[in-house]
Amino acid sequence: MKTDDLIALLATDTAAVPRGAASRQIATAMAVGIPLAILAMLLTMGARPDLAQAIRLPMFWIKVLFPAAMAFAGFVTLARLARPGVGARVGEITIVLPLLLLWLTAISAYADAPASERAAMVWGRSWQICTLSIVMLSVPIFAAVFASLQRLAPTQLARAGACAGVLSGGAGAAIYAFHCPETGLPFMAIWYVAGIAATAGIGAALGPRLLRW
Amino acid sequence: MFLRGLDGEHAAYQAFLQKLSAHLRAFLRRRLFGWPDEVEDLVQECLLAMHNKRHTYQSDQPLTAWVHAIARYKLIDLLRSKSGREALHDPLEDDMAVFAESTTDASDARRDLAGLLETLPDRQRLPIEQVKLKGLSVTEAATFLGMSESAVKVGIHRGLKALGKRVGNPS
Repeated sequence: MKTDDLIALLATDTAAVPRGAASRQIATAMAVGIPLAILAMLLTMGARPDLAQAIRLPMFWIKVLFPAAMAFAGFVTLARLARPGVGARVGEITIVLPLLLLWLTAISAYADAPASERAAMVWGRSWQICTLSIVMLSVPIFAAVFASLQRLAPTQLARAGACAGVLSGGAGAAIYAFHCPETGLPFMAIWYVAGIAATAGIGAALGPRLLRW
Repeated sequence: MFLRGLDGEHAAYQAFLQKLSAHLRAFLRRRLFGWPDEVEDLVQECLLAMHNKRHTYQSDQPLTAWVHAIARYKLIDLLRSKSGREALHDPLEDDMAVFAESTTDASDARRDLAGLLETLPDRQRLPIEQVKLKGLSVTEAATFLGMSESAVKVGIHRGLKALGKRVGNPS
């Protein structure tokens, strides 16, 4: 086929195209995935029984808002990575900054605590299931976001995949916080972050395979 | 011009694509000087990809950045699959066919998109053939095929998406 013929053909397909498609499609995917993840949490784990008291404690909100902030930073960054020719360096810094902040406060909390309490702060009572639960809860969000990315045009597939992982891992962790009974910052700085890092790694591995276009 | 095309203006879009293809040809020729035959294939692949992904362009970004990012992505994709394939080749074979082929007309791609078109289902293939090969307008093609005008448009639209997928992943 001659290139001019192709051009004539393409020009017949001129349905007007909506603007701002990238952030809207990813947001739609989150609107599908997040309720599913919440439902999965309620059905398989259940919210913590003392939720009514817990929401008065600042630690509960730290556990919800920190991963939610990472998910939001992931969303903003991903909306840029999904469009060709748009830099995303600033977005990646906004993902890393809250992480550094969390680690610093966790280290200082650990250092301030008496030696006898330190082990409990790190291991809690649920470290074996925390990371895996976060990964499981992020699955519906991850799948929906990947599906929306396939309609967009990321040009750096591993980075976009990792960023989708941060988004879904962060959202999954925020949802898991409604179940998780732990109260230690060091616990969160290790096991929550491990869950988000795991989804980011899975995303980076799957991106080049699933997001080609 | 692209923006008016995005709003659905046929003539502006066609004129834009003409300019874009010339720009792409120059851009890719500079980077693919080892394989002149691949240039036109890649120009067509890029045009198809940009058409199918045109919703990812936003007017607050420079158009060249968007165009170059897609062209570079497609170029890297080609080089990567080439290096995989070429590693399997016997290097001696190369003297023979390569030079004969590089004389092909610049605007006639080697990989036949028409051949790929054959693999599409009728509902997408027929409207594309009528509009492209016979030069009919969408309205004429609709009467000829006994389909509604919007069905013809949808057929073309989906067909182009499917073509874009098949060109990207030859399997």
